Amino acid sequence: MTELARNDQTWRAWLLSDRPQSRRQASLGRLYSGWRTFSRNRLAMVGLAIILALIVVAVFANALAPYSPYEGDLARTRLLPPSAAHWLGTDDQGRDILSRIIHGSRITLFVVVLVAILAAPIGLLVGTVAGYAGGWVDSALMRVTDIFLAFPRLILALAFVAALGPGIENAVIAIAITSWPPYARIARAETLTVRRADYIAAVELMGASSWRIVFRHIMPLCLASVIVRVTLDMAGIILTAAGLGFLGLGAQPPMPEWGALISNGRLYVLDQWWVAAAPGAAIFIVSLAFNLLGDGLRDALDPKAGS
Amino acid sequence: MPFLNALVRFLGAVVLTYLGLLAVTFFIGRVVPIDPVLAIVGDRAPEHVIARVREELGLNLPLWKQFLIYLGKVLQGDFGTSVLSSNPVMQDIRRVFPATLELATLGTIIGAGIGIPLGVWAAVRRGGVADQMVRVMALIGYSVPIFWLGLMALVVFYARLGWVGGPGRIDVVYEYTLTPWSGIMLLDTALAGEWEAFGNAFSHLILPASLLGYFSMAYISRMTRSFMLNELAQEYVVTARAKGLSEARIIWRHALRNAAVPLVTVVALSYAGLLEGSVLTETVFAWPGLGLYITNSLQNADMNAVLGGTIVVGSVFIGLNLLSDLLYRTLDPRTRTR
Repeated sequence: MTELARNDQTWRAWLLSDRPQSRRQASLGRLYSGWRTFSRNRLAMVGLAIILALIVVAVFANALAPYSPYEGDLARTRLLPPSAAHWLGTDDQGRDILSRIIHGSRITLFVVVLVAILAAPIGLLVGTVAGYAGGWVDSALMRVTDIFLAFPRLILALAFVAALGPGIENAVIAIAITSWPPYARIARAETLTVRRADYIAAVELMGASSWRIVFRHIMPLCLASVIVRVTLDMAGIILTAAGLGFLGLGAQPPMPEWGALISNGRLYVLDQWWVAAAPGAAIFIVSLAFNLLGDGLRDALDPKAGS
Repeated sequence: MPFLNALVRFLGAVVLTYLGLLAVTFFIGRVVPIDPVLAIVGDRAPEHVIARVREELGLNLPLWKQFLIYLGKVLQGDFGTSVLSSNPVMQDIRRVFPATLELATLGTIIGAGIGIPLGVWAAVRRGGVADQMVRVMALIGYSVPIFWLGLMALVVFYARLGWVGGPGRIDVVYEYTLTPWSGIMLLDTALAGEWEAFGNAFSHLILPASLLGYFSMAYISRMTRSFMLNELAQEYVVTARAKGLSEARIIWRHALRNAAVPLVTVVALSYAGLLEGSVLTETVFAWPGLGLYITNSLQNADMNAVLGGTIVVGSVFIGLNLLSDLLYRTLDPRTRTR
């Protein structure tokens, strides 16, 4: 056995130890066993790979895109079918569609990350506070959550964007406003399961304030479920953002947002179908990847939920 | 009195949720950057004219009073006047709503008609062909942009293959020979005995309805599968087998009957989802329903029309949502005891 392999063995033993010596060892161990479950799921790994590729593409968009996403040659390269020079063809302004999709990946990531950053903490806060406080606070907060849950999401987002004015930032705000309620529900359910736990009683006896208990001792336990739900929601967020873009309410031209690209390609779809086909395929692949990743995360982090 | 209890809770939830919806649309109407006074009098009007118009519109009142007035109007079906059509918004909506209803209804019929048997089959033969199909269809349904799939379907089935009628509800040739009786094209043509027009209307309807039907089917088949798996693991199924009942009878008469209660709520929810999903689908297929009405109004900053449409879709959505909840609570005897 080589030195390296033996090293590997001890590392694994340390990570999977039943009696971790420190908090760090315990959390690293949990992470490791979670990763082992996750990485055994081949489809989830495919999803992860696609999303990593998306991030790489977004970061290096300038280097990867063969042409400018904004300027095309109207005289010579208008509405060309896919070819060796333009892998996915060109649009009505002679712009290379592949380059536009590559640059559009930045907008997609921007939307997804921003909505997650805005909506998840709201849901987490509402859910944990409602669950820990109980009583009328719980009833009031959950009533509001239920009201928002009963709303049609896309229509509400449409109305919000109509009021705020079209644009990618307003689309993000509108989607975030409509997507926090499920997170609140989940966080509340998780809070209720630990609410009467002994360790909470112990911190209460030690005189910790309610806010401290909620933030330091309850929220971390709810995080896993909320993260899983957010990941599963990301496909929905991408689809809603693309829908808003398609209706001309999201990113404004000439931004290469994928939904807006489809809307543009719609004008030529009967003859030059590739203009609309390629960005739609990009949306589909990325949404699919998020769904696969979310399913894998759910199975790895929450063995109960797996059927 | 479990039923009465559930009913009171249901009505309370309806009122509260509906108030919430109206509060949101009211708020949206207020934050619109367009000043309604300026829109009427123009920016060169003297001070006192502006003040008078403000008063006429009730904008000088405290916000809660404005909201009460707004509530009163909406409850009477008064959504204001559309800038675009200069008709009352309610009148416009009454005109376009049947088209959406027709589309969503056929979509749900397709979705439930295929989705339920498929889901049952998937549960009975776990890991079999149907089971894989249900999984893949659901995954695609959750990942594909509906408007893109609609466009691609138009390219293939209308432009390339010529199997179906294109955008719109019916060819122009038939459009003006028809007396709109219910606004539901299939019904109108059939009642008039215009079978040629009926066929034409159907060829226009089938593609968008199948598209919506696909999403509904993906959802319904997945839910049916999990309900059926749950039922087939129950002890009464073992009893039925021990009695020597045929497998078909156990599946369709015993297990599916018990799964039917949650299924009703799933179908209702999917119907509500289709009403919403029609916004994008109608835009793609130029289907003159409520969804297209809302998006057209959006693009022309016709806020009264947008908010009116939002309230109508929202009301139907909320109504179906809560109704399915009520049905679930009252139809299933097990939920009554708790």
